Amino acid sequence: MLRGFWKLTWVEIKVFVREPMGVAGSLLIPVVLFVLMGRTIGINRPVVPDGIARTPPFNVAILAAVLIAIGAVQSLVAIIAIYREGGILKRLRATPLSPVTILGAHVAVKLAFTVVSLLLMILAGRRLFPGVLQVNVFSFAAALVLSTLSILSLGFVIASVVPTARFAQPVSAVVLYPMLALSGLFVPLERLPAALRSCAQLLPLTHSVSLLQGVWDGTGWGAHWGNVVALTVIFVCCTALSTRVFRWE
Amino acid sequence: MPRTVIAAAHLAKRYRSTVAIDDVSLEVVEGEIFGLIGPNGAGKTTTMECLQGHRRQDAGTISVLGLDPQRDTAALRQRIGVQHQEAHLQKRIKVWEAVDLWSSLYARVVDTEALLVRLGLEAKRNAWFMTLSGGQKQRLFIALALIHEPELVFLDELTTGLDPQARRTIWDLITGIRDRGATVFLTTHLMEEAERLCDRVAIIEHGRVIEMGAPQELVRKHCPERRVVFTSNDERAAERFASLAVLRSVSSTGLVHTLRGEGDDFVTHVINFIAHEQLHVTGFRTEIPTLEDVFLKLTGRGIRD
Repeated sequence: MLRGFWKLTWVEIKVFVREPMGVAGSLLIPVVLFVLMGRTIGINRPVVPDGIARTPPFNVAILAAVLIAIGAVQSLVAIIAIYREGGILKRLRATPLSPVTILGAHVAVKLAFTVVSLLLMILAGRRLFPGVLQVNVFSFAAALVLSTLSILSLGFVIASVVPTARFAQPVSAVVLYPMLALSGLFVPLERLPAALRSCAQLLPLTHSVSLLQGVWDGTGWGAHWGNVVALTVIFVCCTALSTRVFRWE
Repeated sequence: MPRTVIAAAHLAKRYRSTVAIDDVSLEVVEGEIFGLIGPNGAGKTTTMECLQGHRRQDAGTISVLGLDPQRDTAALRQRIGVQHQEAHLQKRIKVWEAVDLWSSLYARVVDTEALLVRLGLEAKRNAWFMTLSGGQKQRLFIALALIHEPELVFLDELTTGLDPQARRTIWDLITGIRDRGATVFLTTHLMEEAERLCDRVAIIEHGRVIEMGAPQELVRKHCPERRVVFTSNDERAAERFASLAVLRSVSSTGLVHTLRGEGDDFVTHVINFIAHEQLHVTGFRTEIPTLEDVFLKLTGRGIRD
């Protein structure tokens, strides 16, 4: 059913693009945030606005990248909830399309928009902050896609349990934003209490930040294979769990 | 002898503690429009979903087009068309995109342009789903259900919420599906719809099929009574009918008299009698029971929601 997969993916892309608010929200807001924060606190080099050098407290590019991933997940959870409520999932299920194809198309759409958003961010960064974004774009994009995939699988678990579309937004925010706080981006993991630290190790975002930071610093994938394994394990576990608990109607 | 398309025996299905269907047996033959009728919550949709292979029954056996809906789901999906109750599509999907997507999913597909014309949607090809009227949405769902020329079409509460004009258009389309050789299985809670459209109906209540047959047969069987209501200024009108043998009872309110009898010939007898007696009549109408009366009688309540 490869033909059905591409058709459905293409239709979903068109349907998504036709909703300007959704596109602006998930595609542009991380880029705008990146530009604004890059201007005020710098990307990864000290800025000198009034003669006093200030080191940025965290890597703005990585924050923007994980916000792109989180935006994709929130958008997916909302779409699944709306489609379920409207009986769209049920109707698609009554066709010869396999369940994996139906949901896989949505994942493909979200990954595609993640990459587009990242490219916009990098283009803006290269133009506005010359010399700062020396990162290997392909490697960074690959790390972000793996991260997004892993968080998306968690998103499917959320999408399986939210009762209605109205709850989708708050529930995914409640799950995703604390993950960001514990990710090690703002507060180094070593400074967290032991309990919170082990909790953070179970969350995909922690490993995403670590991997992206590694790619950014140039230490590369080899030094962060543990994060890659963790993200993959989370992806496999959450996917397996959601195939059991996913509700089509 | 027409081929049996659906054979279901003693189906039962419960959701936790709620019994959705208790004992449903029915047979649908090729080329008919079969209606499953009953109030909301009677088990119509659950029955239909079991027949489509969408749900697994707890007990009972099903054969649809000779296939087991649970075991041969993939093969069955190529041969049946479905439309769900209160379904939607993506808000911003265009009509042609939906048709194009659906037609990419089946091995054999009809001429989709001709199908859109037949359903009166050709002018709406580029319209978003959310901008369609209720009737247009339902016609699109019919198009999607027919795109692979299925042998059997399931339609669940197709006309609920439509205005009378849109409803009649849909009725014509459903009759057209049958006339092209397909079998139609539909659910409705509108008795008028079932009576006009269906060759045979099964009445379902509390998860059980309580009666099955052609609408007219059911009316004859359960509600044989015929009523003639006439207006006459003849003071002795009611009394004069006492000699009419087929009359069962007569009641009068002022100048309006109601005669009750049984059978198809009753009205003829009354007309002949009036002519013979040269009774002066200023108003005359007959009341023939409908499927709704049958339903009321069998279930002790009307269909309301």
